Amino acid sequence: MEMVKLKINNKDIEVEDGTLILDAAKEISVDIPTLCYHPDQEIKANCRVCVVEVEGQKTLQPACSTVVSDGMVVNTNTPMAREARKINVELLLANHDMSCTTCIRNGNCELQKITAALGIRETRFENILVEQEKDESSPALVRNQNKCIKCGRCIQICAKVQGLSILDYMGRGNGSEVKPAYGKYLNDVNCVACGQCSVVCPVAAITEKEDIERVWDAINDPRKHVIVQTAPAVRVSIGEEFGMEPGSIVTGKLVAALRALGFDEVFDTDFTADLTIIEEGHELLKRIKEGGTLPMLTSCSPGWINFIEQYYPELLPHVSSCKSPQQMFGALAKGYYPEKIGKKAEDIFSVSLMPCTAKKYEAQRSEMCLDGKYPDVDVVLTTRELGRMMGQAGIEFAQLEEEEYDAPFGISTGAAVIFGATGGVMEAALRTVYEVVTGKTLEALDFNAVRGLEGIKEASVDLDGMQVNVMVAHSLSKARQVMEMIKSGEASKYAFIEIMCCPGGCIGGGGQPYGVTDELRQRRIDAIYEADAKLPFRKSHENPAVNTLYDEYLKEPLGEQSHHLLHTHYFDRKS
Amino acid sequence: MQAKEIAQRKGKTPDRLISILMEYQKSKSRNYLTSEDLKAVAGEMGLPESRVFSVASFYSLLNTEPKGKHIIQICRDVPCYVNGSFNIREELENALQIYIGETTKDGLFSLEYTSCLGYCELAPVIRIDQKIYGNLTSEKLVEIIAGYRRT
Amino acid sequence: MDNIEKKLLTKRFGQIDPLSIDDYIAKDGYAALQKAVKITPAKIVDSVKASGLLGRGGAAYPVGLKMEAVQKAKSPEKYLICNADEGEPGNFKDRYLMENDPHQIIEGMVISAFAAGATKGYMFIRGEYSRPIYIMTNAIKAAAEKGYLGQNILDSGLNFEIELYTGAGSYVCGEEFALMLCLEGNPGRSTFKPPFPTTEGLYNKPTQINNVESFANIPHIVLDGAEAFAKIGTEHSKGTKLISLCGNVRSKGLYEVPFGVTIRDIIEKLGRGVAGSGIKMVQLGGASGSCLPANMLGLALDYKEMADDDLTFGSGAIIVMDDSIDVLDIVRNTLEFFRHESCGKCTPCREGIEHLVILLDKFIEGVATKKDLELLETLIETIKQTSICGLGQAAPTSLRTTLKYFRKEYTSKIKKHHAKVI
Repeated sequence: MEMVKLKINNKDIEVEDGTLILDAAKEISVDIPTLCYHPDQEIKANCRVCVVEVEGQKTLQPACSTVVSDGMVVNTNTPMAREARKINVELLLANHDMSCTTCIRNGNCELQKITAALGIRETRFENILVEQEKDESSPALVRNQNKCIKCGRCIQICAKVQGLSILDYMGRGNGSEVKPAYGKYLNDVNCVACGQCSVVCPVAAITEKEDIERVWDAINDPRKHVIVQTAPAVRVSIGEEFGMEPGSIVTGKLVAALRALGFDEVFDTDFTADLTIIEEGHELLKRIKEGGTLPMLTSCSPGWINFIEQYYPELLPHVSSCKSPQQMFGALAKGYYPEKIGKKAEDIFSVSLMPCTAKKYEAQRSEMCLDGKYPDVDVVLTTRELGRMMGQAGIEFAQLEEEEYDAPFGISTGAAVIFGATGGVMEAALRTVYEVVTGKTLEALDFNAVRGLEGIKEASVDLDGMQVNVMVAHSLSKARQVMEMIKSGEASKYAFIEIMCCPGGCIGGGGQPYGVTDELRQRRIDAIYEADAKLPFRKSHENPAVNTLYDEYLKEPLGEQSHHLLHTHYFDRKS
Repeated sequence: MQAKEIAQRKGKTPDRLISILMEYQKSKSRNYLTSEDLKAVAGEMGLPESRVFSVASFYSLLNTEPKGKHIIQICRDVPCYVNGSFNIREELENALQIYIGETTKDGLFSLEYTSCLGYCELAPVIRIDQKIYGNLTSEKLVEIIAGYRRT
Repeated sequence: MDNIEKKLLTKRFGQIDPLSIDDYIAKDGYAALQKAVKITPAKIVDSVKASGLLGRGGAAYPVGLKMEAVQKAKSPEKYLICNADEGEPGNFKDRYLMENDPHQIIEGMVISAFAAGATKGYMFIRGEYSRPIYIMTNAIKAAAEKGYLGQNILDSGLNFEIELYTGAGSYVCGEEFALMLCLEGNPGRSTFKPPFPTTEGLYNKPTQINNVESFANIPHIVLDGAEAFAKIGTEHSKGTKLISLCGNVRSKGLYEVPFGVTIRDIIEKLGRGVAGSGIKMVQLGGASGSCLPANMLGLALDYKEMADDDLTFGSGAIIVMDDSIDVLDIVRNTLEFFRHESCGKCTPCREGIEHLVILLDKFIEGVATKKDLELLETLIETIKQTSICGLGQAAPTSLRTTLKYFRKEYTSKIKKHHAKVI
C-alpha cells in the first residue's frame, strides 16, 4: 500500500494513500468533530461541521470527504475553521426544537454533544423552526420533524441496507424535509418498523415509541401479575446503556435489575426460543418428508415478516407457521401459565424486553391474541427503554449482584441464546434436526459457516446421507435478493433459509443502544457465542423445562395444543 | 393507463424519470401530478415512491398541487425587477382577482413567481405555459389575458 | 460611436435561417469539423490549450485542460455534456447562440468529442427555453441526416450522438454535479468534490462538461488556428466574450466584445447608457456576481484584472441599475433568488441564506445593531467557505461586495444609542 506524507497541525505524519483527513487526524490524537458522518455509511458531507483548512484551497474542506495527498498541509483549528464549525452548528440549532431538557435524547444526543464540544454559549441566530406535529401513527416508531437536522443517515440505511427507501428528502431549499413519500404517515407507507433509522439518527427525529409508563402502571396495579421475558440479544447489549464495554455478558445483572423494578416473575425468551426450535425443526422435517413448500423460511423476525407481507406476499407459503419466541412465550403466558399458578388469563400482564422496535408492531397484531381476547404480549420494551426505566428507578445496574431467572420459563440452552446473532436460529435448528434425523449425538456443535457479518451465508449439512442445504441472510436488502432467488428458482436447492431483518441479526436491532457500527455488532455477536459456549445445555431438545412442557401439556410438536397457541398465519398486505 | 403508455414510449431507465413526469403532467387538466399518478410512474419504472416524490417536489416545473389550466409565471429577479416586474404583478393580481401563488376560482389561471427566464433583454417578462411575453405594458397585459380567456 | 464589438460567435446571427443546415454549411459551416478529423485528437487538444480558451459558463477553467483530462482517461465510455441550463439571472447569451446559430454549437461538440474520445453527448437545456429546445432538436436531427452525427462521422471512426435533455426548473442544475445528477434522474442535490467530472462524471465515467459558449468557440479555434484566436483579447483572457447587457440600459441586448474592453465602454457605447441621472450600481455576471459602484466601471473585462480586485464577472451578464434603485433592496432580491433555488443539501446554504435575509431585513428596517453587522460578515464568510457547491459559495457575493463598495448603505441603518438627555 502506498504511503502519503502530510502535515496536520504542524505535525508530520505518514498514512496510507486514500485515507481521509478525518482518519489521518486521529493519528495525532485529533478527533475532528463530525455530525452527518457515519463510519458504516457512504460519505454525505452535508452538515459542513468537520471543515478544516487545507493550504492552497480557496474554501474550507470537509475532513470526512477529503482524501489526503502528498505534501498536503492541513490545519484543523484555525480561527476560520473553528468559527465556521460553530456557525454551522448554530444554524442547525436555529431550525431545531431546542427543548433539550425534556427530549428523549437528552444526554445521549450527537447534536448536544457537538454543541457542548464546540463551546457554543449562545445561538446567535433567530430560531426559525415552524413547528409540526409528531408522526405517532406507527406502534413502533415516532417521527419528530422538529428535531431533524437533515443529515440523511436514516435515508441511507433504509435505502441501502434495508432496500426499502421509505424516507427521502422532499422539497427544496430550506423547505427540504426528510419524510415518507407524499409526506404520509409512517403507518400509511410500507415501513416495516425495523427501527434501523432510529438507531442511526443522531438526534430525536426518529425514535422508538415509549411504552415505559404502561409497564409502571401494570407493576403498580395489585391486580396484575406482571411477568417479563428477556430476548437473547439484550443480555449482551444492555450493559452499554450503563457505560459497560460492548459485548459484556450481563445476564445476571439484567435479571436482578428487572426484579428490582418490581416484576413479579423474570423469565427468559430463550425458553421459548428452544421451544421454537422443536416446533420449527419438526415443521421443516415434515415439509421435507411430505413435499411441502420449500425452502422454508424462518418467522421469528417481525420486521422481516412485515417485509414479506408487504412486498412478497406471494411467497408467504414458504414462511414457517411458527410464532416468534416472543409470541410463543406470550401465548403460554396467557394460555397455559395462569392455571399453573392459580390465576386467570386476565390477571397476567405480559411484558417482553426486546432489542427490536418491530416487536411492538408484532405484539399488537390482532391475531396474536388468545381466543381473540388476551394479547400474547401486552407491552414490548426495547433495550433503550429499559435503560431509561432503570434510570427512573435509580437502579445502579453495574453494581448489581447477579441473580437467576425464575423457573420454569427461565431455563434455556446455548442454542436459544444464539438466536440473537445472524445465523443463530439456523445453527440452533441444525443442532436439533441433526440428532432427530440421525439419532446420533452431535459432537461438533459450532456451525461456523453460518456465523458472521457476511450478508448471505450458506452451508451444506450431511444428516447421515441426507444432504441439507441451508442459507442465512440478514438485512432486508439481502432478504430481497433471497426472495428473487426463490422466485427465479435459483433457491430450489435450499431446504431452510434463516432471514433476519436487521444487519447482524437481533443484536443489531432497532431498539438497541446507540452508536452501533459493524465493529460493535461483531463484539455483541462474539459475546453471544461466548455465552452459548458456557451454558450446560447447548441443544434445544435438551432443555428440561421444554421437555416437561411437552410431556404435561403440548404432548407433541405440531400437535393440537401447539397449533392453537404456538402457530400463526400471515396476510397479504401489498398495496 | 397514461403512465404506462408514456413510460413505454420514453423508456423506463431512471434517467427518463423527469421527462416522463413532465409529459404526464402536461396531459392532466390541472397541470399537476397526484400521489396516485406518482405511484403509477414509480411502479412502471421500478423506482421507490419516495424517490419519485422527491424528484417531483424538487423541480419548479413539476407540480404536486393543482394549478390552473394556464400557469402565469412572473419573473422577479433583478433585471426584470428594475424594469417594473412588481407593477406587472399588481396589475395581474387585479386583473385576475387573486394574489400571487393562487389559482382563479374558474381554474383558468394560476399566478406564480419564477426565477429568471433568460429573456432579460425584453424585461419585464412573464411566461404563460410555453410562451414568453416581454416588453410588457399595461395595455399588452390586458390583451394577453383577454386572448387566453377567449380560447 | 466607435464599434467595440468583435463578431466571432455572432458572425452569422441574422445572416442564416437557424432551421437550415444548408445556410450554415454555406457560411463555413462544418468546415472546422472537416479539418479536425484529419488531425489527431492530441493535436486538437494542444490547439485548444494554446488558444487560452477559458470556460465561458462562469468558472473560467481552461477548456483545453478539461478536454485533455478526458482524452487521457482510460475508459470505454466517455461523455460530453453541453451545459445550456442558463439560469443565472441577467444571462441570455446561450439562448441567443442556440436560437441563431445552433450548428456552431453542435460542430464544437463533435470536434470536442473527437478530441476527447467521447462516446455519447448530451445537451442539457433548461425547461423554460421552449424555442431553443425546438431549434436544437431540429438542428441535431439535420446534422445527423447529413452525417455530422452518428456512426463513423466523416470517416473518422468517431461514433457520436447528441441527446437533448430538458431541465425541469432548477437553477442549481446549472452546476456541474447537480446537472449530472439531474441527467441521471435525481433531484439536483449537488455533491462533494473531488472526484471531478473529468475522472468520475456522468454515471461515474470521464465526462467533459462545458458551457454553450465554450463549445461555440471550438470551431473557430480549429478553423482559424489557436494563434489567431489568441491574438484577440488580452494576455490572460483570450478571445471574445458574449455580454448579456440588461437592467436599466437603453439598448438591452446581446453583444460580443473582445476581452479588454472596459465595462463603461460596453454600457455607454453599446448600451447607450441609462436614461435619467446616472448609474447607481452594476452587477457583473448575474445574481451571483459582484456589485460595483459607478466609479469602478473603468475596469477592463479581464479575468486577471478582475481577480486582482477580488472580483468576478462570471458568465458575462452586465446588469445596469440607475439611481432609482435602493442597494439593500436589490441585494435582498438576489438573496431571495438563492433562497428559492438552493437545493437544501448543506447547512450553510440551506440555513445560512435564510439568516442572511433575516439580518438584511434588520438593516432595511433600520433596526440593525453593530453585532448584527459582525454576525452578517461572519455568516457571509462561513457560507462562502463551507458550502458544497458554487451556488452557496457565490450566493453572498452581492452582499459581500455591497458591504465593501456601498458600506454606508448598511452602516447608516445601524441603530444609534442615544445618550439620555437629563
